[in-house]
Amino acid sequence: MAEKVLMKGNEVMAESAIRAGCRFFFGYPITPQTELAAYMSKRMPKVGGTYLQAESEIAAINMVYGASCAGARVMTSSSSPGISLKGEGISYMAGCDLPGVIVNVQRGGPGLGGIQPSQSDYWQATRATGHGDFHVMVYAPSTVQEMADYAFLAFDKADEYRIPVMLLADGMLGQMMEPVVLPEPKGELPEKPWATSGHKNKRAHNIMDSLYLTAEELEDLNVARFERYQSILRDEQRAELFMTDDADIVLAAYGASARIARSAVVAAREKGIKAGLVRPITLWPFPTDAFEQVMSHAKLFLTVEMSMGQMVDDVRLASAGRVPVEFFGRTGGIIPTPVEVLARIEELSGKVGA
Amino acid sequence: MSRTMNAVLAGFGGQGILFAGKIIAIAGLIEDREVSWLPSYGPEMRGGTANCSVCVADDPIGSPLVLRPDVLVVMNQPSLDKFEGSVQPGGIVVADSTLVQRIPAIPNVKVCAVPATKLAEENGYKALANVILVGKLFAETHFCSEETIRAAVEQCVPASKKAKLPSNLAALEIGMNA
Amino acid sequence: MRSMSAEAKVVFQRPHALLPVVTNYCPGCPHGIVHRLVAECIDELGVEGDTVGIAPVGCAVTSPDFFGCDMIEAAHGRAPAVATAVKRVHPDNVVFAYQGDGDLASIGMAETIHAATRGENITVIFINNAIYGMTGGQMAPTSLPNQVTQTSPYGRDVATAGYPIRVCELLSSLDGVAYLERVTVDCPKNVRKAKKSIMKAFRNQVDGVGYSLVEVVSTCPTNWGLTPQDSFDWMRENMLPYYPLGVYKDVVADGFANAAEAAAARNADCPVAHPATEGGLR
Repeated sequence: MAEKVLMKGNEVMAESAIRAGCRFFFGYPITPQTELAAYMSKRMPKVGGTYLQAESEIAAINMVYGASCAGARVMTSSSSPGISLKGEGISYMAGCDLPGVIVNVQRGGPGLGGIQPSQSDYWQATRATGHGDFHVMVYAPSTVQEMADYAFLAFDKADEYRIPVMLLADGMLGQMMEPVVLPEPKGELPEKPWATSGHKNKRAHNIMDSLYLTAEELEDLNVARFERYQSILRDEQRAELFMTDDADIVLAAYGASARIARSAVVAAREKGIKAGLVRPITLWPFPTDAFEQVMSHAKLFLTVEMSMGQMVDDVRLASAGRVPVEFFGRTGGIIPTPVEVLARIEELSGKVGA
Repeated sequence: MSRTMNAVLAGFGGQGILFAGKIIAIAGLIEDREVSWLPSYGPEMRGGTANCSVCVADDPIGSPLVLRPDVLVVMNQPSLDKFEGSVQPGGIVVADSTLVQRIPAIPNVKVCAVPATKLAEENGYKALANVILVGKLFAETHFCSEETIRAAVEQCVPASKKAKLPSNLAALEIGMNA
Repeated sequence: MRSMSAEAKVVFQRPHALLPVVTNYCPGCPHGIVHRLVAECIDELGVEGDTVGIAPVGCAVTSPDFFGCDMIEAAHGRAPAVATAVKRVHPDNVVFAYQGDGDLASIGMAETIHAATRGENITVIFINNAIYGMTGGQMAPTSLPNQVTQTSPYGRDVATAGYPIRVCELLSSLDGVAYLERVTVDCPKNVRKAKKSIMKAFRNQVDGVGYSLVEVVSTCPTNWGLTPQDSFDWMRENMLPYYPLGVYKDVVADGFANAAEAAAARNADCPVAHPATEGGLR
């Protein structure tokens, strides 16, 4: 059993990436993710890797694009406003079917917003990271341990499906320390015969390009890509179910707010209210299968987010009108408290007679 | 021994408040308990107040942000003013009385005034008032074993500053006897 | 004729690094000439198998189909960032970015300047024809004062649209840069000079001399509304006075082994840039 250490979430994602074979990191300073970049700047030279502070978020993501074209495991990280700038490059990566890992340690928005924790980039992560028809896989860790686990896994999934993968964290998870067991360093990395790294006079030239001036050709590629997405939707959903077996009121929350929701569920149970929690770990693919498991007995969903209500859309889509969906959220960088979530549960419990 | 602890440590940036919090968190880690440490971050760190929340528990920790602490360690007046009303009944406040002029009595809360900065300077352990306060907190609550708290200090002092370990341990001792 | 075949000597053929495909460039466009020169250099250095080219957004957006080496299509203006990463991942690759004026000097100016100041050991081929060709002739960062374009229909008014950017002059102040030259391809003599310059920019990379950029003053007969020959006349008459040909930086000619040595000499009086080393002070 590997040693348990106390580390910050931001640093854990960096270390875990290195252990997953990531040797290239391109970033730009922004609160509250900066420890990740600082950690990389310290560690990369010691493991023969490259840390490069780019001139902008845009340059950084395009360096990620370039390094991925060249076949490397590569990562960038930022916080909300910086992710908006990266949207361009992420779209190009999707258009070229390039793997790569993007970390968003969310802060409040819109605009410059704030620097305190937030979950207001859910739509951006799952719907509109950039222009065009595409998805990125999105993991939403809820503990520092999960930041280690999913930062590691993200590189494998990115390579497996040739897709950009996002780790959607927030300022609270990024800044906090928790005990963590780091993954064992990866040995062999997958071959990438598609990479543009010089044909060595042994094959035809590889081209990495997302430009298709023939409409039919572009449509065919988009259709084929969405067929690949189907296998991700089928095989890669992840969620944790907590006390949902007999739950009347099922909370839905991810990341930092899932921790608060969980505390509220425990408190509700102590008061005799049958509450439970569905915690999506993948936001895309959204874990509809997990919601299906509770659909027959849930009387109500309560989505808890640090936003004005974004994931609640996906809960409504999952429910498809079968179970009513309510929302509780705090924004601006405020972390909801278990007490206020419990109050909402109690209020709703009275309504549905649960 | 296995009580849940929700602590807030607060003071000016540079006083070692985050370090003091880390000692407590590491102590929890050594005893294989659930632990979280969450700092305040952002512009307020620069010359302003700094604080951190530390939770030590046996069940998974929900919010790592402590709003109703049962332990409050303060190293300046503004921090005491800000957090005194949030301390839970049955809780404890440890304040550096060299720096905090007004130390109130709080109903159902044990308030310990320790002249930590003065003790640190008198004993030649400048800048270790934070560790003295942790020592006092330990003596009052025994939130971990005595062996653990010493090991936690050892782990917290980085390898590059190992020369400072004896003074850190001595400061802990001063706090435990204060 | 057949009987002469044994005597026949090949005097001109397609470079191997230029694929036998029809390009989509307009008649009279100098892109074809410059593509050929780049391909000849790749052939002569024997590095096609190690070369990765980065294409821009602009008329050369389809150039990945024309070069025989591995090719990457970058987002608009981002070729220097992409090239940076490819070179960092594979330092033994020969990495070149091929960019137009809108791509390099407008939307990608930040990437251009920072790749240059980092001293990325890459080769940049910069086509300056004072107009956005691909989108149909809009004002470029290099459009001349009073030049009429689709988006400066009354001529580029410098009072409101500002002045053209001289890229070689701008980059010449940066310590990371090894070599800058402005050339053109309007006649055989200048084509030969351009070839020499492009070759030097590639050789510099192979030899580790550092960031090298060749600016090719070019034309756009289609969007200028002129014949190819009239375009070259207009270019000679108007562009060359604004963009004088010549070498703007050459650290090797200045007696240095590479850009880093030249930079060190230039900032020699800065103590923190020159920490004391064993054996005494700097």
